[in-house]
Amino acid sequence: MRAPRPQSHKTAGEPLVWLTSIGLSLGLLMILGLLAIIVVNGLRVFWPKRVIEVQFKERGSFSFMGTNRLAGEIVKEQRQIVQSVADNQADARELQFYLGNKDVYGLNFVYVSQSSIAEMRYPGNILVIERIEYGNAVGYPVALRPQNAPAIPASDPSFAQRLAALNREANERRERIEKIERTQIGKINARMTKLRLRQRAGPAAQAKQTRTEDEMKELQSRYEALAQSASALRQQQSAIELVYRLPTGQEHAIPIGNLVSFRYPNQLSLWQRAGWFAQNAWGFLADDPREANTEGGVFPAIFGTAVMTLIMSIAVVPFGVLAAIYLREYAKQGVFVRAVRIAVNNLAGVPSIVFGVFGLGFFVYFIGSTIDEFFFSSALPTPTFGTGAILWASLTLALMTVPVVIVATEEALTAVPRGMREGSLACGASKWQTIRRIILPSAVPGILTGLILAMARGAGEVAPLMLVGVVKLAPSLPLDAAWPFIHFERKFMHLGFHIYDLGFQSPDSEAAKPMVFATTLLLILLVVLLNLGAIVIRERIRRKYAMGAF
Amino acid sequence: MQAVIKPLSEAKPASAPENLRDERYIEVADFSFFYGGKQALFNVTLDIPEKQVTAFIGPSGCGKTTLLRNLNRMNDLIDGIHHKGDILIKGNSIYDPEQEVISIRKRIGMVFQKSNPFPKSIYENVVYSLRVAGQKNKRHLDETVERSLKAAALWDEAKDRLHESALSLSGGQMQRLCIARAIANQPEILLMDEPCSALDPIATARIEELICELKANFTIVIVTHNMQQAARCSDRTAFMYLGKLIEVGSTAEMFEKPKEKQTEDYISGRFG
Repeated sequence: MRAPRPQSHKTAGEPLVWLTSIGLSLGLLMILGLLAIIVVNGLRVFWPKRVIEVQFKERGSFSFMGTNRLAGEIVKEQRQIVQSVADNQADARELQFYLGNKDVYGLNFVYVSQSSIAEMRYPGNILVIERIEYGNAVGYPVALRPQNAPAIPASDPSFAQRLAALNREANERRERIEKIERTQIGKINARMTKLRLRQRAGPAAQAKQTRTEDEMKELQSRYEALAQSASALRQQQSAIELVYRLPTGQEHAIPIGNLVSFRYPNQLSLWQRAGWFAQNAWGFLADDPREANTEGGVFPAIFGTAVMTLIMSIAVVPFGVLAAIYLREYAKQGVFVRAVRIAVNNLAGVPSIVFGVFGLGFFVYFIGSTIDEFFFSSALPTPTFGTGAILWASLTLALMTVPVVIVATEEALTAVPRGMREGSLACGASKWQTIRRIILPSAVPGILTGLILAMARGAGEVAPLMLVGVVKLAPSLPLDAAWPFIHFERKFMHLGFHIYDLGFQSPDSEAAKPMVFATTLLLILLVVLLNLGAIVIRERIRRKYAMGAF
Repeated sequence: MQAVIKPLSEAKPASAPENLRDERYIEVADFSFFYGGKQALFNVTLDIPEKQVTAFIGPSGCGKTTLLRNLNRMNDLIDGIHHKGDILIKGNSIYDPEQEVISIRKRIGMVFQKSNPFPKSIYENVVYSLRVAGQKNKRHLDETVERSLKAAALWDEAKDRLHESALSLSGGQMQRLCIARAIANQPEILLMDEPCSALDPIATARIEELICELKANFTIVIVTHNMQQAARCSDRTAFMYLGKLIEVGSTAEMFEKPKEKQTEDYISGRFG
């Protein structure tokens, strides 16, 4: 008798486990790949690269700005796309350089065929200057030239320290100017606009009118004093110039006030590089954008995104929860309620731009204009609420995400054990008391899950926002120190829109590319952070009620 | 094979004096009950005396829980129910449209088969019925907690952890907490739906002891599957079968000398 053969692969459906795991692995792989690309490209922006000076071959076909050299950071290396006749190699390589000095060259990037390069070196004294305008400058320092004193040549041993000190002073001065112009003059302007509106609103009593005029005059004089001190500071900003020589030979001068920072990229140690990395990353987070958003930071966009998401959450949760309570607890379950439920679910699938158009028509043109008519009529025809605003954008997104919250809340309500309801009712509680004291607290974790999903969807949405309040550059944040602190009627910046604007609307898309990655990384981080916040709250509550149902 | 289980009436504390007791405290009058098209109770007529323990026994699906849950109109939560006949408490119909369901339930405490403490602290669980009634006086609440937990024989175990989650208690403690919760607002009637079915024998014994103590103050109606339990702690027993009330009488009589054949068969374990 033969022993029965061991049945190794006969369990029904066992190979399908493989299939399911392949599905999961593919999904994970795609997500991780996407994240890796974004993280690597996003973080690389902040790392200070070395600057290479390139000497072309004497008789090469290549020249740059009439010279045979250039200097810049290597951005990428690729197979040459356009092959010239001179180098008939099968796979010639070419390098893309970031040159800086856009004000002189008129371009930021150039491709150089590797075959035309005679020599590459890392000059130790080459200087990268971050400027307020025109991006970076790359060149060799020549001298510091005060207006009425002898120049300090770059060969002076104290040159670097002096430059650093001057740079620091200039940055402090710039902050002071900004403070005067933004905060103090801004306050005066706001007050003056108010007074002017009051004057326009109609003739008041004589005494009151003179009082208004007096105040106007006083404000005017205060304004002039401030403007004077600002312009004095401005003058100091251009008192000293830094002279530098471009790799192509010309000499240029830049007022010290236009310097944001400078570095000798080829002299930096690893730690110094890490320091620059941190400084650049921090600047990106905390600074205002410059030069059509391609330089500087994205702070207003981060702030706008966060504030918008929070207002949206505050609006969407009560709405969704109330609707779900009625649907689940009070409405008589039947055909109509089922139809409503299907409609709500379908609402979640409506393209977001449709919500944008609706928000524009309903919130902005209808509600906003009505508010203007009743409360801000003195400012008309300048709209106050009758135009895109952070409030309308938040409400539009709240409308868009309310189905998510309703569905999640309904599920959470259904999951509350029946015994709990009966126990409460048997204690003589009314239905509302039962919902309020027993069911809702137990359902909070589920409701927060809905909120997390809503936030994840809302924070990343761009299309509807373009219609109801997002702008490329907002002059002021929606939250500041001026009464009433939160300004619902202001337009705002948004990371998602910032990505679109940088990547597809900017004049120099090649220069903006790294910023797109960095901004994308930031948007993802922000959404993760907001979600983590909600998750932490949810875990706390869950522990409090010690329920693992959700 | 009769009377295997002897009622332990000697062990019970004295119940209310006979002459003061209202023998028809709860009257179930020709009561029929329907879940949609399915009839669950058939013309049940039954009197439940004051301050005594009345046990409903019978096989699963016989309608004893349905009858119990009708006493405080807990079945109102279910869609498509209707009833015939009436239930009166102290002569007043619980279906009186003038009377709010809530005011009936306030007079009736209920303990469920599966202990269902709220996900709150022990303290908040006990005072829940006072809270929903709008009681805010802290001293009164504190006193209620102590009195109720003592009455439910949980005070010694719980007095040092009143503000811990009720879900940290053991199964038997949870059920005693539910009893404390049910009696906190001093109801007149206590309904118990198989209160010991999920408990171990020791916890069961404690709760049975408790029932015997509580009947001095409350009219108790208990549904049980456990014949010994009915024998041990009830004064009167009602045997139900297939939605009909077969027999009702004093527990001693019922277990010694059942009138109906079906009762005898059930009690002696020949079916059900």
